[in-house]
Order: sequence, then C-alpha cells, then structure tokens
Amino acid sequence: MNFQQMILTLQQFWANQNCIIVNPYDTEKGAGTMNPMTFLRSLGPEPWKVAYVEPSRRPSDGRYGENPNRLYQHHQFQVIIKPSPDNIQELYLDSLKALGVNALDHDIRFVEDNWENPSLGCAGLGWEVWLDGMEITQFTYFQQVGGIETNPVAVEITYGMERLASYIQEKENVFDLEWVDGISYGDVFHQAEVEHSTYTFEVSDVKMLFTLFNMYEQEAGKAMERNLVFPAYDYVLKCSHTFNLLDARGAISVTERTGYITRVRNLARQVAATYMEEREKLGFPLLKKGGDLNV
Amino acid sequence: MSKDLLFEIGLEEVPARFLRAAMEQLEERMVKWLEQSRIAHGVVHSYATPRRLAVLVKSVAEKQEDVQEEVKGPSRKIALDENGNWSKAALGFARGQGVDPEQFTFKELNGVEYIYLTKSSNGVETAALLSEALLGILSSMTFPKHMRWGSYEYKFIRPIRWITALFGTDVIDLEVTGVKSGNVTRGHRFLGTEAVVAEAGAYSEVLRGQHVIVDVKEREGMILEQIESLAAEKNWTIAVKDDLLEEVLFLVETPTVLNGTFDPSFLNIPQDVLITSMREHQRYFPVLDGEGQLLPFFVTVRNGDKRSLDVIAKGNEKVLRARLSDAKFFYEEDQKLEIKDALSKLESIVFHEEIGTVGDKVRRIRRIADQIGETLHISGTDSESVSRAADICKFDLVTQMVYEFPELQGVMGEDYTRKAGEREDVAKAVFEHYQPRSASDDVPSSLVGSIVSIADKIDTIVGCFSIGIIPTGSQDPYALRRQSQGIVQILLAKQMPLTLSQLFDIALGVHAELRSLDRQPDDIRKDLVEFFGLRVKKLLSETLRYDVVDAVISAGFDDVISVVSRGEALMQAVNSGDDFKTTVESFNRVSNLAAKAEKAEVQEPLFVEEAESNLFRAWQSITADYHTALSERDGAKALALLGDIKEAVTKFFDSVMVMAEDERVRANRLGLLASIDRDLKQFADFNKLVW
Repeated sequence: MNFQQMILTLQQFWANQNCIIVNPYDTEKGAGTMNPMTFLRSLGPEPWKVAYVEPSRRPSDGRYGENPNRLYQHHQFQVIIKPSPDNIQELYLDSLKALGVNALDHDIRFVEDNWENPSLGCAGLGWEVWLDGMEITQFTYFQQVGGIETNPVAVEITYGMERLASYIQEKENVFDLEWVDGISYGDVFHQAEVEHSTYTFEVSDVKMLFTLFNMYEQEAGKAMERNLVFPAYDYVLKCSHTFNLLDARGAISVTERTGYITRVRNLARQVAATYMEEREKLGFPLLKKGGDLNV
Repeated sequence: MSKDLLFEIGLEEVPARFLRAAMEQLEERMVKWLEQSRIAHGVVHSYATPRRLAVLVKSVAEKQEDVQEEVKGPSRKIALDENGNWSKAALGFARGQGVDPEQFTFKELNGVEYIYLTKSSNGVETAALLSEALLGILSSMTFPKHMRWGSYEYKFIRPIRWITALFGTDVIDLEVTGVKSGNVTRGHRFLGTEAVVAEAGAYSEVLRGQHVIVDVKEREGMILEQIESLAAEKNWTIAVKDDLLEEVLFLVETPTVLNGTFDPSFLNIPQDVLITSMREHQRYFPVLDGEGQLLPFFVTVRNGDKRSLDVIAKGNEKVLRARLSDAKFFYEEDQKLEIKDALSKLESIVFHEEIGTVGDKVRRIRRIADQIGETLHISGTDSESVSRAADICKFDLVTQMVYEFPELQGVMGEDYTRKAGEREDVAKAVFEHYQPRSASDDVPSSLVGSIVSIADKIDTIVGCFSIGIIPTGSQDPYALRRQSQGIVQILLAKQMPLTLSQLFDIALGVHAELRSLDRQPDDIRKDLVEFFGLRVKKLLSETLRYDVVDAVISAGFDDVISVVSRGEALMQAVNSGDDFKTTVESFNRVSNLAAKAEKAEVQEPLFVEEAESNLFRAWQSITADYHTALSERDGAKALALLGDIKEAVTKFFDSVMVMAEDERVRANRLGLLASIDRDLKQFADFNKLVW
C-alpha cells in the first residue's frame, strides 16, 4: 500500500466512524495536537469527531535528508473523538486491519506512555502502540488541555505515517517510501529536507527570530484583548515554532528554556480559557447537534 | 455452605509497572472486607494481566457469622430513679437499642454498676451484601496515576471495559461507568473471544481456553522455561534482569519467546550502550557468550502464539537497527566533543536554582576532593588524579548518549575519558564517583574514585541542607539519604580515617567560600550531625541489636569506623554470655555512682581501703593501651582491656563503702569512679544494654 493510499484508507475509515475530515492547518506546528481542531475543540462539553493529516515540523530533528529515520517534517494522521467511545481500542485495531495489518501475524502491544506537552499545558494518559517492537501510534486520553481539565475526555490517536509506511512497505529508508506508483517520498520531500536543515542549522537569523518571538507574543496578547481566540492562537503557534527554530540553533540555554516555555504556556492557557468562555456565550452550539456527530 | 467468589475487572492495558501492586491491593481489600463482614472463606488467588485484575476467593460462606455483642448503657445510678423505676435515660437507651428494658442486666465495671445489654444479630446472606461490597472495593482502589475517560467523573488506572462478578454461578450485579457486571469475560485480544464463566471456580481454566494465562507465577515460569530452552539450544547466556522480566511479565497474556539478530558491526559500540538501548527502548533480553561478551542477538517475548514469529522477528530487527544506528551516531558524535568544550557547557546547566549550575557544583567538588585528599595525606600522583577526575567527573552530562540514556552517566564518561587519552585512574574515577548508585551497589574500587564520590555526595547534601532541603518522612527528592548512606559505606569499606566532622568542615568551608549561605554554618552542621547519625544507626542496625547500637552511638559516631568496630566488639561480647553480663553490671554501678561525683579527680593519698588503690592501679594499668586501641579503632582490643578491670571493680564494690562519712574520702571515691566512667563512656553507654 503506498503512502497516498494509506492516507486515503485512514480518512475513509474514520469518515465511516462519522469523523469530520478536515485538511491540515496552515500554520507551522510541531504536532497534530497543536492544530486548533484538536487543541481548542477538545475543550469544553461539546462533542467532537475529527480526523486529518498533519505535516509536523520538528526543526531539531532535521538531518539534511541523510538519516533514514529522522525528518525535519513528518506526517501525522490525527483522530480526535470526544467523548472517548467505549470501543475506541477496537476501532483503532480495525483501522490497522484496513491498512492490511493482520493482528494475528504481528505482535501488537499497548505500552504505557503518558503524554505531555508542557508548552501547551497539555497532559494525557495512554500508550504508544507497538507493532513488532516499533512505535507506530500515540494513543492518549486527554486529561488536561491548555491547563484546563477536560470534561468529557477526548481520545487522541496519532499515527506516525512514515513509520507505519516503512513497515507496511518494508523499506529501510524513509526517502524510498512509495508515495504513489513511481513517485517516492524522497521525490516529494528530499529537497525540502535538505534546505530546511541547512536553513535551520546554518542560516536562520537568531536575532530576528528572538525579535519575531517577542512580536508574535505581543500580537497574540493584542488579539486576546478582543477575545479573538483563533487569531491569538495562530500567534501562539508561531511563537512555538519560532522557539523550536531557536532551540534547534542552540540559541536558548537550559536556564532560558523554561522561561520561554512558560511564556508560550501562559498564552496557550489564556487562549484555552477564553475559548471556553466564547463557546459558552454561543451556548455550546455543538451540544445541540450531538445527533449529527453521532455521539 | 460455601461458594467460590470471583471478581474480575476488565481494563484497557494497565501500565506494567503498576499491575502487581494493583493485584495485591485488590486481594487485600477483598480479604479485609470478608473478615470485617464476618464471612468465612478459603484460599484466595489473585490474578493480573495487562487487561485484567482479578481475585478468586474459594469457599466463601453463604452467610455471615452470627454475632453476640454486649452493649454498655448508663450507670445504675442514672438508670434508676429514686423509686427504683427506669429513668428517662434508661428508657431512651432501650429505645435507641430497640429492646425492652426488661432485657437489661447490671454489671460492675471499675467499681461502678452499669446497664448491660446482650444483643445478638443473625448473619445476613453473603449474596445480599456482595453488590455493594464489590462496588465499594472498586471505588476504594488507589493507584499512582488515575485517569478519567468518556463522560464519566469516575477515576481509575485505565478505562474499565467489563466486569465479571460471580458468587458460585450467580452474577453479582453492579454497574460502574456504564459497564454492567456479568459472567462474560474477554479472552486474548487477538487469539481469544468473549467467553462465559459458568462458575467462579472455573475462571482461570476458561481464560486458558481463550489464550490468557491469568496466573502471574505461571506466566513467569513459561517465560523462563522458554528462555532457558532457547539458551540451551543456542548455547547462549540470556541475561534476564529481574525488573525487565517483571515488566515483560505484565505486558503479555500468552507469552512466546522469540529471538532476532543485529549487525555484528554494532558491537564496536560499548556493550553497556547496546544493552541499555535493547532493554530500555525495546524491552529485549540481551544475549551473551560464556565469557559475558555480548553477542549480536536479542530475545523478546511476544504477546501471542507461535504464528508468524519470523515476521515479528524481522520487524523487531528493523526497529533495533534504527535504534542502534542512532546509538552509533551519538557515540561517534560525542567523541568529536572535546572534554573542555563539554565542561564549558556545564555552566549553563542548572543543578538547582539556589545552589547554582553544574559548573558551580564541579568547582566545589574539586575543592572538597582536594581537601579530603590533603586530610588523608594521599600521594602526589593520587592527588593529581583526584583533581583531574573531580574537574571532569560531570562532563558526560552534555553528551548525546547520556541525554538519550541518563542511566549511562558515568559509564559514557569513563569510556570517553579513556578515549580522550586521560590517565586510567581518572577514567575509572569518572565512572566510580557515582558509586554506590543504590544500597546494593558496589562502592568505588579505587581511592581516587572514592574521594571524588564522597566529595560529590557531601556537596549535594550540604548544598541542599543549606537551603533547607532536608529529607522528612517519604520526602527525599534529591535522594540525600542514599547519598549519605553511600558516604558512610565508602568510609567503612575503604577504612578511611576521615571523621564526619572533618568532612562537614571541609564541605561547609567550600560552600561558604564559593556561594553566599543563607543559613548559619553551625545550624547546617547541627542538621548534618543528626542526619548522619540516623544513617549510621540504620547501618549498624542491619547487623547489630538495637540496644548495642544505642550504646555505642552514645559514645559518638563522628568516627564511623570506630563506632562500627566498637559495635561489633560489643555485640560479640553480649552474645558471649553471662560473664559479660556481670561485667556490664559492674560498669553500670560505676556509672550510676559516678553521676554523684562533683569532679573526676583522684588523690591517691586519700585512699583508705586496699580495694580502692587496687582499682585505681588496675585502671591506670590499662588506660594508655585502652586509648591507643580506641584511636586505632580496635573495638575488640579496647573492650578486652576494659574487661581486665572487672575484677578490681567487683572487689571494690564488695569491700568499699563508697558513701563514706568522711566527705573527702567519699569525694575521692566518687572521683575515681567518675574518672573510670569517663573512659567507659568513650566506648559505649553500657547502661543502654538490655538483658
């Protein structure tokens, strides 16, 4: 199964489970969790079911396209369902079957992994799912998002698409993966990997990035003064990505690190709290539409 | 009449590290409830797999035991009015107990007569109590981490997905988080199906049929047996570490051992790195040859049967290849980092906000270690090595390998130090300065390693104490107890003539010199003395009787080797029998009377009786040797010398009237006893011994 078919298969599978299929969010982010479709929507009492592919940037993982397993940007397939359904593990295992993974021929395990994203004030309990020893999925019950206790609890399933594909396609090198017939992963992404790594580690302007961080932070604050949650959150994401670029450049000392993470987290908390207030003002509209979401 | 009782909680995969304790907790709570409820029962079995916690109690009585209890009411004086009729108080008591006052009897308690009532209540059917009881047990379970799921407020270790609750063949009804109990359990996630447990006692056999081995010991046996036969077949030594076995045990419901291989070229990476990577990342058991050298194979345990083991082995090999490639990359990159550059990076790693960076810590370790070396008069070569090892002992903290595997701190440091061409004893000390890492770990083998280790540990302890971080109860986030224990262990194992007060002086001095202390050094020292006193006491108590420990600690523990030597000698003497008991009794008479003395002074001309001057001479004849033995920390010799004056002491008390009428004679006799007592108390407070 090629990469594209895998994405389409998962989309179809979760669409059949009444998930809304949305497209990747257009601001740089380190993980699908940071997409507002997850970060904001997993807050509050409204039911929610969504699935999407998320290209995720991890500047410090850039390896100039030379490492067979590490990437500046990789793809996550993200599923969020709130409240978490009782048969969610079975649904997930069915999705693997849809990808051609027969559990009887493999060793599939749920190994404890408690997930935390300190810069967004998120914490959850769950597992990494192992397929013959390889972590292919992060499976998490959100307990806290943006510093707010979740209620009801959303479950997040994050498939690591490249890892899963390298297993399914039996490839050693991520760049050899087949995206579609005749077009490899490398054909699509290798040049970008090399250039982003070069930029991240050699070219980026540290002084400018520090300035940008401060500007983004201020702009987020400004948007928050008018309770403009979504625009403010975009700037939180930009702060986070800028921080990651600075970190990859080795420009942030261990001592300063905590300070920057705290600044991003404070913004994220404000945004989360205000989002809840704004939804409440609207009367939590999706509560009434629960039937349409089939929850 | 009895039936078996089964309670199974079906869960999404519970973290392996919590399962055993959770299983034990469920059993404990169940047994406690049965006992409190006066329900007789037979053997209790508890079970756990990643997806379930269960307890099976055999032969549970179908009825609670009947009970008779005596209830005490008001006193006779209050219960009867002046006419001998029941008072309001007595009638109220009767009403409250639901009985007729005619059932009252009177009984005396401490000289006062009270109303007594004998109430008997008949036991209730067990079946009627179980629903509420099981729900109570479930809700009272506690775990290190709880979670919520779905729309429920309920918290548990992982989501509850089914409950099997049976009393004999009857389902015990309960419901929690939308899950209703029943007699249907779930088998292995992939190999099994749902299955009816028709009768509680059939539980483990029903699940065996569904490819789930619920008994933990049985699973352990299966894993070990398969590992052993694989080892025998391949002529391998498979290193089964207990904590990894424990984890693997709780990751599988049907264990099947399989093995794989990796490219031998990875064997160029230090063995510890490969083993750590295999264990920590992949939960693999490493494979060694007869000489303990790593072989390019691994052993893992699959949760399932023998089907497609080759596919699974191949998958695991692929993952391991990526892991080891990373390790190789880190190892090669780390060697490009020069030690001096690594050291400068330590300046930006915060050890503790108030105590400074790791760079600051290293500077203090260096000075403390140097001063310990001076105090111990170590050789010039050793002292050069101590200085260098102290300077670089923490540099590997900034290497990629230690970032990836924190438990390899020291291990990588030693390897990289050697590769960088440093002296061998320096490389070794970089590893050893973390020892002992646990109570059961070895102490450093070298003198250089020992000194740096003590310096590192006392620096952490003094640093923490100086900002008020002192362990209390279970609170010991910096593992200060273990570190102080480590210092004591090293001093003893190496027979280092370094007293605790010398060590405190050095460390407090260095801290006062290099940072500003908020607390007064004397206050810190007082806390240190108390803290180390407890450690020494704990250490001695491992082999010695508590009264012996108290006795020798009373004579001081500043010199750790001395207190241990005195303790061991005293313990041996105490065990030697009655003769020593009389010796101690005579010493105690000395001490008791010595307390009455004003001065520990003796004037020979004032002796009247022969026994007096005999005792004086006997004591004089041992004092020099006794003090030498003490200063040489030879407890056995010191105690033997004290034994030499026993006879003189006994004769003294037999024939001398200490409290003589003549004040000067009396004072002189007391002075003699006080002088002897002062010497005795340098060995132990013999009064603390219990016979």
